[in-house]
Amino acid sequence: MKAKIHVTLKQGILDPQGKAIEHALDSLGFKNAANVRVGKYMEVELKETDKAKADAQVKQMCEKLLANTIVEEYRYELTA
Amino acid sequence: MNVGVLVFPGSNCDHDCQHVFQEVLGQSVQMIWHKETSLKGIDLVILPGGFSYGDYLRTGAIARFSPVMGAVTAFAKDGGAVIGICNGFQILLEAGLLPGAMLRNKSLHFICKDVHVRVENAATAFTEACQPGQVLKIPVAHADGNYYTDPVTLAAMQANAQIVFRYCTPDGKVTPEANPNGSLDNIAGIINPEGNVLGMMPHPERCAEDILGNQDGKLIFQSLLKAMKVKA
Repeated sequence: MKAKIHVTLKQGILDPQGKAIEHALDSLGFKNAANVRVGKYMEVELKETDKAKADAQVKQMCEKLLANTIVEEYRYELTA
Repeated sequence: MNVGVLVFPGSNCDHDCQHVFQEVLGQSVQMIWHKETSLKGIDLVILPGGFSYGDYLRTGAIARFSPVMGAVTAFAKDGGAVIGICNGFQILLEAGLLPGAMLRNKSLHFICKDVHVRVENAATAFTEACQPGQVLKIPVAHADGNYYTDPVTLAAMQANAQIVFRYCTPDGKVTPEANPNGSLDNIAGIINPEGNVLGMMPHPERCAEDILGNQDGKLIFQSLLKAMKVKA
């Protein structure tokens, strides 16, 4: 299975990179762009066919290493 | 005193720490590669600055899983003195030996300059050679020094006097303008509730001898010698 994992700063935590990009979009004329959040995207291939097991493993990976849950949140999808 | 300086792939202030303890303060120093699993005979552990593992993923996120960190955690739980400077502080946060996390500097810039910090707690093993409220000039050099923690933890740290250094003006006023990186409550350095693990973003090892024109950082190391009743 393959996990596609997104990690971003939690809502409410200032994302200065997002802010800088938002200002750049604004100066490009995209006046309706708001609340830009920058994050990380990771792909992990798992030698696992059982979706429930894979899900539990990816959740652990996120909690232990891939995200710092003090300041970040994560979401992921699993595909065959 | 036997000082152990940890060396991770990408550490770059390890030799500065070694120099200060060995040449300036006359102590014995052991360089400890991150693959080591024992800290036998060590009285003080230093996690130096640098860019361990290239800051991949997050600063300190990978170094905290280095084999030596198991020994550091056990050493700290036993009451051993541990100081993390800059990247070392970031590793201590990721390892959960200190509360909170580092965010990118508010300005997004890598900041390398002298800053002033006020000694908020001079009753620790790391600051007992300082006066309460003393202002120290120490350089910072980091991109991720914007300290963050949740409001409950912050309140507990304030109540326990765990905030040891706060960014301030040269005359000791803690103001938003004196905060170089957006750090919560102007935090520059914190200690654990037990008082044996300190993390700080400024680099005291870069200002600990006369020839460098600034010896304010030496006070941190002299405090440790005093706390451990060692002659410099």
